[in-house]
Amino acid sequence: MKRKERKLIKTTTWSAGPGCHGGCGVIAHIEDGRLIKIEGDKEHPWNQGRLCARILAMKQYIEHPSRLRRPMINTGERGKGKWKEVSWDEAFDYIEKKMKAIRDEYGPESMIFAMGTGRDIGPWICMLAYAYGSPNVMFALSGNACYSPRIAALDTFQGDYCVFDAAQWLQKRYDEPRFKVPECMIVWGYNIHATCPDNLFGHWIVDLMKRGTKIISIDPRLSWFASRAKYWLRIRPGTDSALAMGFLYVIIKEGLYDKNFLNNWTNGAHLIRKDTNKLLRESDIIPEGKNDNFVAWDEKEKRPIVWDTSILEYRPYVKSPMITGNCKIKTIDGKLVVCHTVWDAFCKKVFEYDPEKVSIITGVPAKDIIEAARFYGKGKPASIHWGVPIDMTPNITPLCHAIASMWALTGNLDIPGGNVFSRFAFDAVAYALPGAEGVIKLKSKEQDLPRIGADKYGPFRKFIWRCQTDTAFEQIFTKKPYPIKGMWIQTCNPLAGIGMDPKKWEEALKRLDFVVGVDLFMTPTMEYADVVLPAATFLEKDGVRSWWVPLQSINKALSVNECKSDAEINFELAKRFDPDFKWNTLEELFDEIIKPSGLKFKELKEKVWVFPPEGHPSHPYHRHEKGLLRPDRRPGFQTPSGRFELYSILREEWGLEPMPFHEEPPFTPISRPDLAKDYPLILSTGRRSPVYFYSEHRMIPWLRHLDPDPVVEIHPETAKEYGITNGEWVFVENWMGRARFKAKVTPVVPQWMVMAAHGWWFPEKKGEENELYGVWESNINQLIPMNAHGKDGLGAPIKHLLCKIYRA
Amino acid sequence: MEEKGIKGLLIDYEYCTGCYTCVVACAQEYNWPEGISGIKVMEIVENLPGGKHYLVYLPFPTEVCTLCASRTKKGLEPACVKHCMAGCMKYGTISELAEEMGTKKRMVLYRPR
Repeated sequence: MKRKERKLIKTTTWSAGPGCHGGCGVIAHIEDGRLIKIEGDKEHPWNQGRLCARILAMKQYIEHPSRLRRPMINTGERGKGKWKEVSWDEAFDYIEKKMKAIRDEYGPESMIFAMGTGRDIGPWICMLAYAYGSPNVMFALSGNACYSPRIAALDTFQGDYCVFDAAQWLQKRYDEPRFKVPECMIVWGYNIHATCPDNLFGHWIVDLMKRGTKIISIDPRLSWFASRAKYWLRIRPGTDSALAMGFLYVIIKEGLYDKNFLNNWTNGAHLIRKDTNKLLRESDIIPEGKNDNFVAWDEKEKRPIVWDTSILEYRPYVKSPMITGNCKIKTIDGKLVVCHTVWDAFCKKVFEYDPEKVSIITGVPAKDIIEAARFYGKGKPASIHWGVPIDMTPNITPLCHAIASMWALTGNLDIPGGNVFSRFAFDAVAYALPGAEGVIKLKSKEQDLPRIGADKYGPFRKFIWRCQTDTAFEQIFTKKPYPIKGMWIQTCNPLAGIGMDPKKWEEALKRLDFVVGVDLFMTPTMEYADVVLPAATFLEKDGVRSWWVPLQSINKALSVNECKSDAEINFELAKRFDPDFKWNTLEELFDEIIKPSGLKFKELKEKVWVFPPEGHPSHPYHRHEKGLLRPDRRPGFQTPSGRFELYSILREEWGLEPMPFHEEPPFTPISRPDLAKDYPLILSTGRRSPVYFYSEHRMIPWLRHLDPDPVVEIHPETAKEYGITNGEWVFVENWMGRARFKAKVTPVVPQWMVMAAHGWWFPEKKGEENELYGVWESNINQLIPMNAHGKDGLGAPIKHLLCKIYRA
Repeated sequence: MEEKGIKGLLIDYEYCTGCYTCVVACAQEYNWPEGISGIKVMEIVENLPGGKHYLVYLPFPTEVCTLCASRTKKGLEPACVKHCMAGCMKYGTISELAEEMGTKKRMVLYRPR
């Protein structure tokens, strides 16, 4: 018998498929247009041949009998499951007609475009929304509490995002002579074995540990890291900002900070008026002075000097102005104002958090805080990796400010083995992300005006080009200031995963006139759509990926029935909605996105990945010193002051706290002792499973077998107290609702906390007749409210609620 | 002298993170139905004195493990070893692996069926 011809296709992972943020190099083995198997590409510097369970299960994903394979129109009442298969033309015509009618009658902004996590979807949903004319692209999580708050926070204080360095920017990785293995790494709320969120390969940290890195683990659970850490700080969820302030206390009091960085690269020397507690500006002291120039004190000449933000120098030139102390300065209205430095004000704030006090707030012994802070402060180099729990608290931005101040003040920013700036490869940016303007954008600033929440929240005007999710969600009910009539929901499942208070999401979907869903499987959310379009996995499409380094191509390996990529689907409709749509083919658009690399998409496909060269802003290290970060190419950061801002100018302008601090979250035993009487346990959610990504993959047999049931982790003592045995079904309940879980009795959780799995629904159950695949049985989000975000519109209390448990 | 060529699997359980890559890599390679695989991963929470704990994940080759004879004869690594994200599995002759085992703690050497 003749052997079938096998084609080996090199490509790059990204969702749909594994669910994660992608980046792994793979080789797809294809025979007769079918995937035989998928293997890791050993030559690829990202994963070096390794792969996760979810990628290795792609065969079952692609060929799954429940895959959506043709477009479908809902012929009955939504949620009743009366689906009719139609052709793409019919589906596109129907959608075009319905959405144009909404646009004509109510305006394009009355259509919301909802997406899930950071997969290969952002550019394409923006492309469609913008071609339609709506600025209302929504990341459907309360408080937008996944990643973009962290990115926006760092853009606010240091101008660019950064991540821990595992030499991922360099072809030779750990063997690159410039790279240094960190002596210390803080793993802050992140669990290694489960998924690779945030566009990083999780096991890079294991690579570093094998090369000598010692871990400080900050986690209420005994995670894999906690178990192997030099210091494990078992923190009470939601008190991270207090802990970070405690770290800063030790670092500053013990002189473990880098004075050169403080003097030359922060705004520590700038003056704050003691009468208003605001920054002293040039316009305060000179009639023609600018509002965006700041003032410092020349100790030698006893005079104020101006920090000119257009040249990033002092006028008259002084190398090191006063960093600590008071001075009196005459303002233009003749007043003599006492000022102190930002550094003094920052220290004063930090010194409110001595280790004893922090110990009381966080539950971490003071001795451990001191020793861990010393270990980090003395580590040369040292880095920090933070997980999504950082976003999932309303005080997200001050928390990020405190943590970022740790790596900045210890001189660990953009050095080998420290926290390194993560620019898009070659600065090739597909669409507007925090801190970057992409190829895909709205036609005019006017079109952006109705974007929901942008008028209320500073970060949404400056960095986050989405709607503020809770505000948009409320607007569906209030119809103010304008009605929301329709929703385009693409690879997003608010009833089962991303939506807090999901029964209210069901209510919201019912109120809409028209809902389009794009997904790979029917989900509880898709049951509420009028049209469902079948999307492709990463193996079934071409694409580009510039999400940091390297620049990568996704190379189509096969097709599945009539499934189309998200990009193809949205491209077709974008052309229909916008008569002036700029591109004729997707390839033209890919070419434009990757233009800064000097490559055409066809050429990139041959290479699969390519690294930016030395000297490019997306290539490390020491970029603030080399003048690679700012458009004017002056040394410094892309912040209003051009310096790392210990005191944030933007936060001051937004009327928010300009320096870091701790605030107790809204639903804890401390903030709500009244609720804690009935709900005595801390409810934490979102622990990851290595075989699932959020609400995905429950239908993949190889994966489901490994994590078959929704599980709540309960400490043995707590289980004993409530008469619960291992493997028994229990209810987790609070004032919002309840959900059913299988008890896993384990000492990995503290006695005072339970950890409930998230994203659960049951694809094996019925979807029609409002059964919705059992989505209300074990959906922990029913216990979590919307609208509990922070003052800047960001963060949500997803890691620290209150509950009680009892046998089901 | 055949004994010298006997192959085995060396696991560094200090670094196994319990990601289940090995289980699914094997399932994919041999198209096993769910529930069958040449390797299983056990989670062990060790209780230690002073209320402390140590979390271990331990891969264990099952009765269907052939050490990927079909792959290794082509010079490829076993599917689990190739994909292991923690790089904590090694395939080789028992004698080589035993020697390596002497150089590091928290290792276990298997000679499957």
